Amino acid sequence: MSSTIALILIGVSVLFILGIKFLSSPKTARAGNLVAAAGMLVGLLVLAKPEGGNIWAQGWTFNYTLIVIGTVIGLVIGALGAYSVKMTSMPQMVALFNGLGGGAAALVASLEFLKGAQPQQVAGMDLPVLHDVGAAITIPMLFATLIGSLSFSGSIIAYLKLEGKFEKPHTFPGQNILNGLILLVIIGLCGWLTFHATGHNAIVAFIVMFSLALFFGIAMVMPIGGADMPVVISLLNSFTGLAVAADGFAINNNAMIVAGTLVGSSGTLLTLLMCKAMNRPVTNVLFGAFGSSGGAGAAAAGVVGTVKPIQADEVALLLAYAQRVVVVPGYGMAVAQAQHSVRELTEELGKRGVEVQFAIHPVAGRMPGHMNVLLAEANVPYDQLIEMEQINPSMDRVDVCLVIGANDVVNPAAREEKTSPIYGMPIIDADRCKTCIVMKRSMAAGFAGIENHLFYKDNTRMLFGDAKASLNALVAAVKAS
Amino acid sequence: MTIESLQSYNQILVLFIFVLAIFVGFEVISKVPSMLHTPLMSGTNAIHGIILFGGILVLADADTTLVRTLGFVAVVFGSANVFGGFMVTDRMLQMFKKKKK
Repeated sequence: MSSTIALILIGVSVLFILGIKFLSSPKTARAGNLVAAAGMLVGLLVLAKPEGGNIWAQGWTFNYTLIVIGTVIGLVIGALGAYSVKMTSMPQMVALFNGLGGGAAALVASLEFLKGAQPQQVAGMDLPVLHDVGAAITIPMLFATLIGSLSFSGSIIAYLKLEGKFEKPHTFPGQNILNGLILLVIIGLCGWLTFHATGHNAIVAFIVMFSLALFFGIAMVMPIGGADMPVVISLLNSFTGLAVAADGFAINNNAMIVAGTLVGSSGTLLTLLMCKAMNRPVTNVLFGAFGSSGGAGAAAAGVVGTVKPIQADEVALLLAYAQRVVVVPGYGMAVAQAQHSVRELTEELGKRGVEVQFAIHPVAGRMPGHMNVLLAEANVPYDQLIEMEQINPSMDRVDVCLVIGANDVVNPAAREEKTSPIYGMPIIDADRCKTCIVMKRSMAAGFAGIENHLFYKDNTRMLFGDAKASLNALVAAVKAS
Repeated sequence: MTIESLQSYNQILVLFIFVLAIFVGFEVISKVPSMLHTPLMSGTNAIHGIILFGGILVLADADTTLVRTLGFVAVVFGSANVFGGFMVTDRMLQMFKKKKK
C-alpha cells in the first residue's frame, strides 16, 4: 500500500467516525449518514490490493466486469429494498441488509482462507490441500468466517420472526446445553485449524466449521421471542462489524478494520443500552427464552377488576375538554398504519388548546426509536415526542392517556407483580393518569404473551376496533363537538 | 529491520488501531437519544457494508470458477448492504425535520 493511499484512508476513517458522531443528534443525523457514505465512496476509489497498487489501475480482466455487474445488481437490490419498504417493516430491512453483510464477510474470509489450496495427490486422489499461512492471518479469517456466517443465518431467522413466521420462542429441554456443545465443537475446530491449517483435512474441518456456524446462528435465534428481535438484530449488527474488521486484518485494509471495529463496539453499546431499557441483562435475552415458561398463565392470576369498554363519541368528549393529553404509541399503531390519523387527531386537539405529547418507550415497536421514525414520517414534530424518563414524573397530571396499540410497555405488572416475566422492566405509567383509554383490536395478549393488568384498572376504558378506524371516528367526533 | 520483524511490527500497529477504534466506537454513541437508535443501527449497518471492498479484492484475483462464483455472491451481498443501508438510513432521517408551524 503506497503512503498516499494510507494517508487517504486515515481521512476515510475520520469520515466514518464523524458520520457516526453526527448520527447521534437529530439536527446533524442526515448529514452524518451522508458523511459516512462519502467516506465509503472515497475508500472505494482508492481501494488497493494487499500487496499494494490501486485496484482500478490494474489491467481490466473478466473479473472486473464481474465486479461491476455484481455491484450494480447489489445496488439495484439495495435501492429497491430501501425505497419500497414500508416504515413499519424497517427492522426487517435492517436485519436483511445485516445478514447480507455477514454473509459477504464469511464468504470473503473463507475464500481468503482457501485461496492457497492446490490440487495434490493425497492417498491416490486429486484433493485440494492447504499450505500454512501463519496464525496471524488464520485467526482473523476463522473468526470472520464463524461470526459472519452466524450473523447471516441469525439475521435471516430474525427477519422471518419479524415477518411473523414462527415468532414464538422455540425451545426444548437441554437446548442451551446443546447450543453450548455446538459452540464448543466450533471453537475446538477453530483452535485446531489455527495450528494445523495445512493439508486436505484442514479443508474438511473448515467446511464442517462453516456449516456448524450457520446452524448455530439459527439455533441461537430460534429460542428468542419476536419481542426481543431488536436486541438480537443490534447484537448481530455488531457481530457483522467485528467480522468485517477481522476480514480487514486478513486482507490488510485499514479502512475495513476501523469501520468494522467502530460498528462492532458502537453496536455492542447500543445492544446494552437496549437491554438496559428493558431492565434485563443481555444473557437473559439470549438464553432466557422469554415468556416460554408459563409466564402468561402465572401473570393472569393476579388480575383484578373488569374490562370496561367505551365508545368513540365519549372518548372524543374526554379528549376535547382535557387540558393535557398523552399518546402512548406501540406496534399496534404501526400495524394499523394509523400514524397519520394520530397526527390528524393531535392537530385537531392542538387547535382547541389541548396540550398533546407523545410518550415514547425506548423499546416500543419492534426496534428502539421505531415509533419516532413512524411519527416523524407522519409529520409529528419531534419536540412533541417525550422519552419515558421525562414524562413519567408528570403522568398523574395527565387528563387522558391514549394508548394506541401499545401493550407490554404500559403493563403495570412490571411494577407490581413480582412473578411476572417482565417484572422490573421500566414502563410508561399510563395507569397513573386520570383516564386511560386503551385502543385495541381485541383482548389478545401482547407480544411477550403476558396478560396486561392495565386493562382491568378502574380508570381504564377500552376502545375496541381497528386503531385507524377508531382514530378517524375520533377525529370526526372531536371536529363536531 | 528484517522482513519478518517489519511484518510483525505492522501487525502490532494494526492491533493498535483496532483497540483505539473500539474506544472511539463506544465514545461517539454514548449520548445518543433513544429516538435515534433505529437510524443509528441502520447507519452503522451501512458502514459495515465496507465488506464490499473485501469482496472486490477477492473477486479481482479469482482464478477458479468456484472462487469467481462465491466472490461474485460476496460482491452482490456487500453492495446491497452498503447501498441499501445508506439509502434506507437517509430515507428514515429525511423525516426528522423540525416542522414550522
